[in-house]
Amino acid sequence: MEQKTKIEALEGRQDLTITRTFDLSVELVYKAHQEAELVAQWMGTKVIQFECHNLGNYRFETEYNGNIVFAANGCFHQVVPNEKIIRTFEMEQACIGASLEILSFEKLTDSSSKLTMHIIYQSEQHRAEQLKMPFAYGLNMAHDKLQEILYSLK
Amino acid sequence: MNLRRDVFQAIADPTRRAILLLLAAQAMTAGAIASNFDTARPTVSKHLQILIECELLKQEPNGREMFYHINAQKMKEIDNFLESFRQLWDKRFNSLEAVMNAHQLKKKKSK
Repeated sequence: MEQKTKIEALEGRQDLTITRTFDLSVELVYKAHQEAELVAQWMGTKVIQFECHNLGNYRFETEYNGNIVFAANGCFHQVVPNEKIIRTFEMEQACIGASLEILSFEKLTDSSSKLTMHIIYQSEQHRAEQLKMPFAYGLNMAHDKLQEILYSLK
Repeated sequence: MNLRRDVFQAIADPTRRAILLLLAAQAMTAGAIASNFDTARPTVSKHLQILIECELLKQEPNGREMFYHINAQKMKEIDNFLESFRQLWDKRFNSLEAVMNAHQLKKKKSK
């Protein structure tokens, strides 16, 4: 089966491209990126600030057991409805640094569309750090769960 | 069959990752592993079976008991992190699709 989400990260480069086809109109996919309430729902994070227009700022925070486990912020550089969003992104308390994200929204049919996310990092090393993160995070979550189990045994 | 992808599917599950972490410290029997989880024993057995099928674990008998070991060689092969990054985005975008489908339905109803 063809994968709906694809990723291309060429060796020796500091950028990567994520592409995704949606069974949704381009307007709906754009809307999902433009309205704070919807972003919060699919990203699974609290949206603290979200000014989705040229030179607007945004900030996310995710809490788990009363602790902030994820915080990120950035600035919208250019927003063209149903076509393009250019924004910066930086995870707070991480060593990945700010990256530049170029989102292109493309209509395929009336009820399907394609999103291309081109992400440019500060260096090849910064990109490598970002790529490692979901795996390390997953391991930490598993570790936390294990720790909870161990505590409950005591 | 794409074995490489299977390995990533195996480690995509939090319980299986917890099992791998447990076994990283020492080899254990299925019973000892299961005693660390709230889930039913057959569920743990199923997870163990998947980990063995993609060669992340090895079984070795010790007397009458069967011990589970980490296959360090195979674990080292998970050095390409791209697949977990892809799965993260795939999950997010699947949830985007679900959220927007619900959003659309709600709008239709209110019309």
